[in-house]
Amino acid sequence: MGLEAVLTNDGIITSTIDAVVEWSRKNSVWPMPMGISCCAIEMMAAGDPKYDIARFGSEVMRFTPRQCDLMIVAGTVTFKMAHVVKKIYDQMPDPKWVIAMGACTSSGGMYRSYNVVQGIDQFLPVDVYLAGCPPRPDNLLNALIQIQEKIGKTKAREFKDVKIPGLTVLNNN
Amino acid sequence: MASLKELLIPKFKEQFESLNYEFVEFRDELTILLDKKDVVKVCRFLKDDDGLQFKLCEDVTAIDWARSKNQPGGKGSRFTVVYHIYSIKNGFRLAVKADVDESDCSIDSVSSVWKTANWAERETYDMYGIIFNNHPDLRRMYMPEEFEYYPLRKDFPLMGIPGSNPLPKK
Repeated sequence: MGLEAVLTNDGIITSTIDAVVEWSRKNSVWPMPMGISCCAIEMMAAGDPKYDIARFGSEVMRFTPRQCDLMIVAGTVTFKMAHVVKKIYDQMPDPKWVIAMGACTSSGGMYRSYNVVQGIDQFLPVDVYLAGCPPRPDNLLNALIQIQEKIGKTKAREFKDVKIPGLTVLNNN
Repeated sequence: MASLKELLIPKFKEQFESLNYEFVEFRDELTILLDKKDVVKVCRFLKDDDGLQFKLCEDVTAIDWARSKNQPGGKGSRFTVVYHIYSIKNGFRLAVKADVDESDCSIDSVSSVWKTANWAERETYDMYGIIFNNHPDLRRMYMPEEFEYYPLRKDFPLMGIPGSNPLPKK
């Protein structure tokens, strides 16, 4: 089936370090669940058996930023909360990625108001914007797949953040 | 519901003969308009009186009428502080209102009467900038402590004042 078919022969696979690191890194993305409001409910639903984020190796929601490589900002970020989000992001070890989940996080959404940040890209480097209010759990899985694709195209040894055109905006359908 | 009103109004008249007040009824909701200096003693009476027992302070908030006595041709105070209180025993809701002018933007705190008023008054201070005298801990509730404006005032722009609420550096 999988690896064991190869390993029963000689027990040796030849590959490049880059390929192995990319493969392992992208299949074990540990998310930091930055659940601030209702999008967090959909994020939790993505973890349940119906949607099962574990299929993509990301079921390990760590509630400490020190063990995470992906921050899922799920919810309305106010100016007061922005400092907290940034502080947690800064505590995550490199390399790290950010999903802006939902309309509020991506653009302020329906909260066009003095107290809501009109898009977290004003203070965080966002990799994937996820549309929806809130997005369905399968949309979050789609965003995760996009992140994995991006990690797969990032040179593992250089940790250079590669900008891939057309990858950063997801549609709801 | 109407029964407590019939009890309250004569009792109030008897207790506060010399006070400047007015009862207003609108759609079965009773309101007392008061001078701001009388609010605490009236509230204490409403709470402690055996027949009335307004034990629950539901909310303290304010109205910004966007007008000022100081403006040319202007009359009436800029703010009205509103107390929503409820008598659990009688099932009766009452609003107490007191005008506060911009030139002396303060009113006595009722947090010594109802402890619930503590945070409600802090919120009103945060949003309208009305100072509550003798409040135990008058700090901002929602906005950052170094914020200089009062967002629910009518002269505050919807999108805020640029630079007044700094974001973390990218």
